[in-house]
Amino acid sequence: MAQILEDLDYFSLDDLLTSEERMTRETVKQFVEREVLPEIETHFAAETFPLQLIPRMAELGFFGANMKGYGCAGMNNVAYGLIMQELEAGDSGLRSFASVQSALSMYAIYAFGSEEQKRRYLPQMAQGKLIGCFGLTEPDHGSDPAGMETRARRDGNGWVLNGTKRWITNGTIAGVAVVWARVDEGIAGFLVEKDKPGFTSRNINGKFSMRASITSELTFEDVRLTDSDRLPEARGLRAALACLTQARYGIAWGAIGAARSCYRTALEYVKSRKQFSRPLAGYQLVQNKLVTMLTEITKAQMVCLRLAHLKDQGKMRQEQVSFAKRNNVGWALEIARMARDMLGANGIVNEYPVIRHMLNLETVNTYEGTFDVHTLILGRDLTGLSAFD
Amino acid sequence: MKILVPFKRVPDPATTIRILPDGSGIATDNVKWVINPFDEIAIEEALRIKERLKTGEVVLMTIGQSNWQEQLRTGLAMGADRAKLIVTDKPLDTLTIARVIAKVVAEEQPRLVILGKQAIDDDSNQVGQMLAEILGWPQATFASKLEIEGDRCTVVREVDGGLETVAFPLPAVVTTDLRLNEPRYASLPGIMKARKKELKEIPIESLGLDLTPKLRVKELKAPPKRQAGRKVGSVQELVKLLHEEAKLI
Ligand SMILES: Cc1cc2nc3c(=O)[nH]c(=O)nc-3n(C[C@H](O)[C@H](O)[C@H](O)COP(=O)(O)OP(=O)(O)OC[C@H]3O[C@@H](n4cnc5c(N)ncnc54)[C@H](O)[C@@H]3O)c2cc1C
Ligand SMILES: Cc1cc2nc3c(=O)[nH]c(=O)nc-3n(C[C@H](O)[C@H](O)[C@H](O)COP(=O)(O)OP(=O)(O)OC[C@H]3O[C@@H](n4cnc5c(N)ncnc54)[C@H](O)[C@@H]3O)c2cc1C
Repeated sequence: MAQILEDLDYFSLDDLLTSEERMTRETVKQFVEREVLPEIETHFAAETFPLQLIPRMAELGFFGANMKGYGCAGMNNVAYGLIMQELEAGDSGLRSFASVQSALSMYAIYAFGSEEQKRRYLPQMAQGKLIGCFGLTEPDHGSDPAGMETRARRDGNGWVLNGTKRWITNGTIAGVAVVWARVDEGIAGFLVEKDKPGFTSRNINGKFSMRASITSELTFEDVRLTDSDRLPEARGLRAALACLTQARYGIAWGAIGAARSCYRTALEYVKSRKQFSRPLAGYQLVQNKLVTMLTEITKAQMVCLRLAHLKDQGKMRQEQVSFAKRNNVGWALEIARMARDMLGANGIVNEYPVIRHMLNLETVNTYEGTFDVHTLILGRDLTGLSAFD
Repeated sequence: MKILVPFKRVPDPATTIRILPDGSGIATDNVKWVINPFDEIAIEEALRIKERLKTGEVVLMTIGQSNWQEQLRTGLAMGADRAKLIVTDKPLDTLTIARVIAKVVAEEQPRLVILGKQAIDDDSNQVGQMLAEILGWPQATFASKLEIEGDRCTVVREVDGGLETVAFPLPAVVTTDLRLNEPRYASLPGIMKARKKELKEIPIESLGLDLTPKLRVKELKAPPKRQAGRKVGSVQELVKLLHEEAKLI
């Protein structure tokens, strides 16, 4: 097993996992080791997504893994979290793909779609034959989606959609886009298929982060939709936020994978690298960094495992997800930066996975609610006072 | 066609092994356990035969403690149909293992038994051969290719300096080499399906075999630490040292 995939289990949390959960983790680890790591740096350098992995991930059951029926694996949320953790130990872009396909696009249909929509889209999406994307963010509205300008106007029995969505993962490869738009009653969700006249998409290039992931801009110009294209149960922004809660849950787990990869790499490096009289690992400053990394990864694991159990029991609060996303990603980014520093000049080249994780985590810190936005969510929860406006 | 795949649970090859201070065994805390990699190849081959023939049954078995169930479940998640766990907490020698497997063969009546050429923990490389002898069946060890046509089996064997092709009638015992195939990983739907598959525990005593080992491990020792290398000044010096010190030439 590649060094960076080796588990980090300082508090024997494995004892709290079922054998099925451990088996799931093992499957994803093997997939990442054999099929992702050998080529991820090439894709990151070329700013491309490894499309050939999509059918493999589908075959192994990664998409919609925690949903029941419609060809989904029906696993619990611990197993689902472990999938995200191991995918992100490979690359945040890969985990992003799985998050967008499962927790955002499929979940939107699963939770708010009609039976007919579920049957039409979910099995194909689980099989990776249909890719989804989730259009919430706009050029002028990120942290504040309630201000969105994309609009769906009633027109006879149907709808006419106009607006722009930006920073949309998988946008140009998606066969169906979940698009959130303003309607007279508030905010509604629509399913817009790729070939609808007036719907165009293009890629955003020149990214320094998430290079092995596709990020796009979607434009809707008088796109005509019918009532059957609308998600019937998605009433208000709340529905979109419920999807974000699912994705944030997976991101909290994923961050552990990226952080572990950086920690493992740094630990090996400082054990063998000698400066002055001895290995770097023998110096107090270096040990302090290693201990901080281990401590924060372990705490993040504990938060996630407890969150998973709460989610499985139907008791998870969205503020708890904010806590986990904020803490785990914030620390993962900090750990990646520490590891980068500990590798000296080697920390800036792609011979090691560290700088790639570090750059990716800048996005993870920003999307799905920035670190600071989650601080505001938690602050409001504690005080009852909103500091957003 | 029914295929039996017996396997052993071993420490993950990536695990660093520590020998207990008294030399009686290895420290098992923090050891990650896996299906012996050669046996995993055997499971994969059995599944592929079943898939090619579009009929048959793949039965797994192992001999060990109750918690070896986890590895059996992994095999079931890969696609095997059912599993038997012969429960014992005593260490058994290879001949006893072969006898236990022979008992299960007598009950299950498979047409083919596939197992790893050796287990990566003690590297004995004996069980397959002993089993074939006990059963009086043909054997093909170190298989790198396996084909079945009707009631005949053709195996390409990896032998010193080349390949040997052997053909024989079934039933038979085949042991796998590294290049036979690359095992699949358990898919998540496979893991969910494995839940409902039959996994029977059978106390070893119920088989009525004499379990007294003929072989006893007296002591385990780590291999000596490798000495650091040394640079020599000239070819002459190297030859001299090879002759006088290493006594190689
Ligand atoms: C690679 C990538 C992929 C993405 N994929 C998707 C996707 O698939 N679908 C999708 O809909 N979106 C996606 N996004 C968009 C992402 O969700 C937004 O970037 C994010 O919500 C932040 O919005 P913004 O970029 O407009 O930043 P802004 O909202 O402009 O925030 C800028 C800064 O201001 C801070 N800030 C904002 N409001 C406040 C306040 N009230 N008080 C104090 N500070 C504040 C923020 O914390 C941040 O530091 C993606 C983004 C990236 C980079
Ligand atoms: C893009 C680039 C351009 C460069 N250009 C030049 C150039 O033109 N000329 C040139 O000569 N060099 C150049 N360098 C090399 C640069 O100066 C070195 O990378 C730097 O001195 C650090 O050395 P190192 O990479 O070997 O890291 P190391 O010395 O191995 O340090 C690794 C880590 O260990 C820490 N560490 C080291 N010693 C201790 C200690 N005793 N106690 C605690 N912690 C310790 C460091 O702070 C760091 O976090 C360049 C480097 C880069 C990346």
